[in-house]
Amino acid sequence: MAEPKVKYDRQLRIWGEQGQAALEKSSICLLNCGPTGSETLKNLVLGGIGSITVVDGSKVEVGDLGNNFLVDESSVGQSKAKCVSSFLQELNDSVKAKFVEEYPEALIETNPSFFSQFTLVIATQLVESSMIKLDRICREANVILIFARSYGLTGFVRISLKEHTVIESKPEHFLDDLRLNNPWLELKSFADSIDLTVQDPVAHKHIPYVVILVKMADEWAKSHGGKLPSTREQKKEFKDLLKARMVSQDEDNYKEAIEASFKVFAPRGISLDLQRILNDSSSEVDSNSSYFWVLVAALKEFIANEGGGEAPLEGSIPDMTSSTEQYINLQNIYLAKAEADFLVMEQLVRSILKKIGRDSNSIPKATIRSFCKNARKLRVCRYRSIEDEFNSPNIPELQRYLTDEDSSIAVGIYILLRAVDRFAANYNSFPGQFDSATDEDMPRLKSAAISLLSDLGCNGAALAEDLINEMCRFGAAELHAVAALVGGIASQEVIKLITRQFVPMSGTYIFNGIDHKSQLLSL
Amino acid sequence: MAETAATQPSRSRDLDKLLLRPGNLVGPRFEPSAQLRDDVQNHARVLVVGAGGLGCELLKDLALSGFHNLDVIDMDRIEVTNLNRQFLFRVEDVGKPKAEVAAKRVMERISGVNIVPHFCRIEDKDIDFYNDFMIIALGLDSVEARSYINNVACSFLEYDSDDNPLEETIKPMVDGGTEGFKGHARVILPGVTPCFECTIWLFPPQVKFPLCTLAETPRTAAHCIEYAHLIKWNEAHGGTAFDPDNPQHMKWVYDEAAKRAELFGIPGVTYSFTQGVVKNIIPAIASTNAIISAACTLETLKIATECSKTMSNYLTYNGSEGLHTKVAEFERDKDCLVCGPGVLIEVDTSVTLQKFMNLLEEHPKLQLTKASITHRGKNLYMQAPPVLEEMTRSNLSLPLFELMGKLSKDVIHVNGMTNKNNQKVSCLRKLRVTFKGVDGVTDMDTAGGA
Repeated sequence: MAEPKVKYDRQLRIWGEQGQAALEKSSICLLNCGPTGSETLKNLVLGGIGSITVVDGSKVEVGDLGNNFLVDESSVGQSKAKCVSSFLQELNDSVKAKFVEEYPEALIETNPSFFSQFTLVIATQLVESSMIKLDRICREANVILIFARSYGLTGFVRISLKEHTVIESKPEHFLDDLRLNNPWLELKSFADSIDLTVQDPVAHKHIPYVVILVKMADEWAKSHGGKLPSTREQKKEFKDLLKARMVSQDEDNYKEAIEASFKVFAPRGISLDLQRILNDSSSEVDSNSSYFWVLVAALKEFIANEGGGEAPLEGSIPDMTSSTEQYINLQNIYLAKAEADFLVMEQLVRSILKKIGRDSNSIPKATIRSFCKNARKLRVCRYRSIEDEFNSPNIPELQRYLTDEDSSIAVGIYILLRAVDRFAANYNSFPGQFDSATDEDMPRLKSAAISLLSDLGCNGAALAEDLINEMCRFGAAELHAVAALVGGIASQEVIKLITRQFVPMSGTYIFNGIDHKSQLLSL
Repeated sequence: MAETAATQPSRSRDLDKLLLRPGNLVGPRFEPSAQLRDDVQNHARVLVVGAGGLGCELLKDLALSGFHNLDVIDMDRIEVTNLNRQFLFRVEDVGKPKAEVAAKRVMERISGVNIVPHFCRIEDKDIDFYNDFMIIALGLDSVEARSYINNVACSFLEYDSDDNPLEETIKPMVDGGTEGFKGHARVILPGVTPCFECTIWLFPPQVKFPLCTLAETPRTAAHCIEYAHLIKWNEAHGGTAFDPDNPQHMKWVYDEAAKRAELFGIPGVTYSFTQGVVKNIIPAIASTNAIISAACTLETLKIATECSKTMSNYLTYNGSEGLHTKVAEFERDKDCLVCGPGVLIEVDTSVTLQKFMNLLEEHPKLQLTKASITHRGKNLYMQAPPVLEEMTRSNLSLPLFELMGKLSKDVIHVNGMTNKNNQKVSCLRKLRVTFKGVDGVTDMDTAGGA
């Protein structure tokens, strides 16, 4: 259907048809549809998510009219879940919207299997104890879980799942794969066929820099025992040799060569990040392994054998000053090598699949191709369980955050958000929730925070009084602007998780709306 | 028997906690009270510039943050490609003015909010229009538009004799921008924080392909497309301007680009890519717009109420690889032509307005042509409309000193055309005119001459 595609044009340019298809296939569950949850879901509905189920047991109050766009005058007294889901339905009629009028805590307690039907659960405004229980349930059922919370001018977002692998990480800045420091036979032959000393000035300034650098690097290596420039003096000398070849000042190709010469000096082979992935125990595959790890196992073999220490060639080249003909020829040489590497990888993948007792065609060609193109940029994200983090956070990291000026407010917020839940467990309301009690609540919150910190083996004095005071002032208010911001971040993470493109955040994102010095905490 | 505010369920249940309660991490002049909340609701006027991806979110966020008197200005009509994020619009609204539909939708859902839409260009409004607002929130997608509003807001700024900004003339702006997973939000307090012009270097120049690449050695699909768009179109269509919104024009460019690509053996020319290159389409999604608008709204609330610390002063955001936010504190350019105390121009008392205008053309920092000049709100000379031009024409032969009420020095504002990146753009400049040989006393006729 032409129409839906046009509507999504601006986002298709980011995640493409496959990403969109993944979104349209998924089903999301939202717990609590106050502004935080509603805003998160609104962004996903606009983007064409497949289906949504809104879970909330509360009724719409007058106060909700002041912070939630998805309820209006006529909704007061009605089920909030019902009102929110029907407005969301209006926003995009290709999304299937449902609601369940139940408190999420009740579902967590009495009906954990409810969650298994979803691709992903967005849990908003849950307290610590519910977070831990839900996390266990979702890990068991292999459902992606993301927490989001707004509290006054603060908030947080935290993804929770055992492992998320990314092939199409699409990093903004990533070095191209030109192999100037390690050219293969066909590239070398092509470079050999071109004469840098050509007389015609037009031809001279249209030789692509790739050719210039391959030839110059080769010349250098021949007179330096096979090695490429490594010391500072050598690198400078190499650049000077390039400069000496220029016959006039307007030779952009030589200028590009000089600028790109660092690509010749770069070490061969694969990055530490990729090495870490290859060394991961999951790369020892068996019949239960995900297709990602099967591909990694094939990659490991490729690098050790046919690849000669290198990953499959990515295959594309950046634009550069060149005659059209030479550029196209160069492009084809890179495409041909990438294709050859892909064919080798394909065989490796099929044979590994056979070895582990799976159908050798179970990984599509297109996936293997994409994996080859993105091999240098693979990412594996792992998340600690909430229980583990809460019971045994990384103490050295925690202490570092507490003493670092840039992160002390953010980590203070992290601790206090947990402390308010402990407070609520004791006193049945949040500190400062009612005007009358604010004065007594401050010392109570302080002692809850200090005892939490000391449980974790840290000094309670590290928490700023002003911040504790501020948390009391907030009184668990859910402010629209904060909810919209936290919800925006949560929805963006959901998109990355479901499309499996780009890299989801790691750790806990603490939103600091006081001075906007928000932080990612890895505990 | 009256019910007290405490027992009556309040819409501002959550906002009240922020505005009615004292705190320590707040602005220096924070006065928590119901009065503050009511003042914001009843008296604070905020202008939202743009009713697109950011504008829709801004209107909602501001309305739900206690601002009930909003104006929104946008010259565009709704298109289908807006619907993936501009949530105030439905399929049936395609073709209608964005500002009008946005205002209507928000007022429908949030009672008590009044939003006045303006379906026009930002340049169509009198400069005084912008002065009516307490804060201006920008949800724009172009450098030029931002520059214009920045010029206008900064034109209200006045300095005292020690070159300190006069507080009551500071017009705060909150500016947001997004592109894919990236965005920024910044607070501009003219005279205090850097204005848009002070930090213009933050915006990288647009990619322009060298002519010889397009004409002789194309290598990429984009080269083929821009050749068809920028060179071949004029060759084939003489006087007709290329209209990117005309599907037939776009198809022509696509066909030509495809032909050229085939000729040179270059892959990658698709209709979608052609549109992207020609229209400079910026990919956009709901989530980034939501994040940036919310950050802008929070800062607007803080400026209006001092209920918390303000962002100082430029937030950058990137959500594509993990999540990165950073707040940088940029500094003003003291010599900024826009928010600075103004370009100092010294002239003789005998200089006529016409001669003065010639000086502006030659002045190295200004190079301003087609100048229209105002002094303290009075039109000294207007280039347009013809009626005003005729009325003010006689001023051209009068001495500027007299036209300016014989003040020894004062600020004037000049609207005109200047050169930027080889393009003629309209601009507004603040000038500090000082008359040579006149001391501070204005009632002396015999000004001590040279």
